[in-house]
Amino acid sequence: MKEYLELLWTDYTLQVITLGTAILGATCGMLGSFAVLRKQSLLGDAISHAALPGIALIFLITGTKDSTTLLIGALISGLIGSYWINGIIKRTRLKTDTALGLILSLFFGVGILLLTFIQKMPDANQAGLDKYLFGQAATLVVKDVWIMGVVSVISLIVTLLFWKEIKLFLFDTEFSKTLGFKTNTINFLITSLIVIAIVIGLQTVGVILMSAMLLAPAAAARQWTNKLSVMVSLAAAFGAISGVIGTAISASQNNLSTGPVIVIVAGVFVLISFIFSPSRGLLFKEIQKYQNRNDLKLFKTLTFMHEIAKTHENIEHPHAIKILNNFQGFTKRSLEQLQQREWIKLQNNMWSMTHKGFNAAQDIHLMGEDE
Amino acid sequence: MRASSDHIAVQVDDLTVAYNYKPVLWDIDLEIPQGVLMAIVGPNGAGKSTLIKSILDIIDPIAGSVRIFGKPYKKQYQKVAYVPQKGSVDWDFPTTALDVVLMGTYGKLGWIRRPGEKQKKSALEALEKAGMLPFRDRQISQLSGGQQQRIFLARALVQQAEIYFMDEPFQGVDASTEIAIINILKELRKQKKTVIVVHHDLQTVPEYFDWVTFLNVKKIATGPVKDIFNDDNLTKTYGINYKVAINQ
Repeated sequence: MKEYLELLWTDYTLQVITLGTAILGATCGMLGSFAVLRKQSLLGDAISHAALPGIALIFLITGTKDSTTLLIGALISGLIGSYWINGIIKRTRLKTDTALGLILSLFFGVGILLLTFIQKMPDANQAGLDKYLFGQAATLVVKDVWIMGVVSVISLIVTLLFWKEIKLFLFDTEFSKTLGFKTNTINFLITSLIVIAIVIGLQTVGVILMSAMLLAPAAAARQWTNKLSVMVSLAAAFGAISGVIGTAISASQNNLSTGPVIVIVAGVFVLISFIFSPSRGLLFKEIQKYQNRNDLKLFKTLTFMHEIAKTHENIEHPHAIKILNNFQGFTKRSLEQLQQREWIKLQNNMWSMTHKGFNAAQDIHLMGEDE
Repeated sequence: MRASSDHIAVQVDDLTVAYNYKPVLWDIDLEIPQGVLMAIVGPNGAGKSTLIKSILDIIDPIAGSVRIFGKPYKKQYQKVAYVPQKGSVDWDFPTTALDVVLMGTYGKLGWIRRPGEKQKKSALEALEKAGMLPFRDRQISQLSGGQQQRIFLARALVQQAEIYFMDEPFQGVDASTEIAIINILKELRKQKKTVIVVHHDLQTVPEYFDWVTFLNVKKIATGPVKDIFNDDNLTKTYGINYKVAINQ
C-alpha cells in the first residue's frame, strides 16, 4: 500500500492511468444512473459489444492502432447498434430484451470474426486489438485521458442543462410528451451520452465488462438515497472511487488486468450497499422485522393488561402477575421491557399500569379500528 | 347538443387506431363541448385509454384528425392537462411528492428553464387542494395508492389548463381519495374547465358527470347524461350483461 502511494507520487504513467480510470468511473456512474432508471440496464451491454466490429473494421481500413481512430470506429458501430435496437423495437413485434440480445450477439460475433481474421493476416502490425475485449488500462496515455476529460465535461454540462427534461423523461415519458417536449430528442441525447461513455471506456475496461461500469455504481447509489440528484452524484463518486481503487490494486499486484479489478471493486460497493443501506438494505429490513415482531408481542400483553386495568376506577391499581398466567405471550423479559417504556410498574410479583401505558394501549386500540 | 363550433373543446374526426393490424378504435367522430364533465365508459379493451392517448398525440392514429379548440394539439400543449393511469410509472423512482407535482409546471417553462419560487408556490397550492400538503417531502414509493393518485391530480392542477384528461382516476382508491377527486372535479367545473374522464363505475356516472361517451371500439353514443345514459346505450356498449355490471 505504502509502496503504491509512493509510486503514485512519482510514477507519471500511474498518475495518468489513475486519473483516467477515475474520470471514466465518474462519467459512467453518472450516465449509468439514467440507464438504470430507464430500465435499460442491458442497453449498455449491447452497445459495448456492438462497438467491437467498428474497432476491427477501422483497423482494417486505416491500418492504424491509434486509440482515438479506433474509438471513432467503435462509436460509429455502437451508434448503429443502438439505432438498430430502437428500430427493431419500434418496427417489429419483438420485445426489448430480444432486440438487445440479437444485436449484442450479432455485432459481437462479427467483431470476433474480424479479430480472428486480422490475427491471421501476414502483417507484423496486427497484435494488440484483443485488448479491447477485456481492456488494458496500462495502455492509457495522456491524450486518451484528455479525451475522457472532455467527454465527461460535455456529459456533465448536457446533464446539468437538461436536468429537468431528463428527470421528467425518466419518470414519465408519456406525460413529458403531452407537455410538448420532444421525447425522441431527449431519448437520443441520453442514448448518445451513454454510447460515448461506453466508447471511451473500451480501452480501459473492454467490451465485455463495460456495462458493469455503468450499472454497478448506479445500482449501489440507488440504495442510499431517494433523491435523483444525490443518486447521480453518489454513482459518479462510487464509479470514480472504484476506478482509483481498482487501478491501485492492479498496479500493486503484479499488474492484474485493470478492467476486471475495477469491476469487482464496483461490485463490492453494490454488495455493501445492498446489505447496509439504512432504508433499503437487507440488514436493516431484518432488524426492522425483528423489532416489529417484538413490539407486537409487547402490544399484545399491554392490551391484555389494559382490559384488566380499565375495569378499575384507579387504573394504577396493582394486580398480581399471576393473573396474566392464563394469557400466553408475556415473559419476564417482555414485562421488563414494558417497564422500561414506563407503561407498567413492577413491584413484588405485582404489576400496575401507568397512565402512559393506559394511553398507549388506547392508541393501539384506535389503530386497530382504523383498519 | 348542437353547440356552435366556437365552443367545441375537442373535435375528433374519423379517428382510427390499430395495434398490430387489429383495430382498437374504429372511425371515431366526437365533439366535446367546452365546460362539460364527461365520462368515457365502455368494457375492457374498448379503447378508452387509447382514445385519450390519441387525442394527446401519445399514440399515432392510422387515420383521422384531432383538434383542440380548433387547432392541432401540437399548438395547444399548454391548454391541456393529463392524469395518466397510476400504474403507468415506476413509483420507486427517486423523487418526492412535491417534485412530481412541480413536473406539471415544466410545460409552460419550456426547455432548460428551471422551476422557481412561483412554480413552487403553485405546486404547494395544488398539493393543498389534493389534500396532500403534509406529504410533500415524502418519497413517492412511501405513499399509498390513493395518495399517489392525488399527487398525479395535483400535477395536472398546476398545469392550469383548459381541458383535463384523466385516465381512470378512481381506479383502486379509498373513500377519502374518491372524495378528494370529486371535490377537484367540482372545482374544475366551477371554473368552466372541460374534464374528460375514463370511468369504470357505471353507477356513479349520473352523479359525477353531465356528459357521457359510450365507447366500444366504435363510438356508440355521446351526449348529455340525462338524455343518453339509458338501458339502450348500455346494452349496445356492454352487450346483454350490462345489468349485471351495474348491480355488482
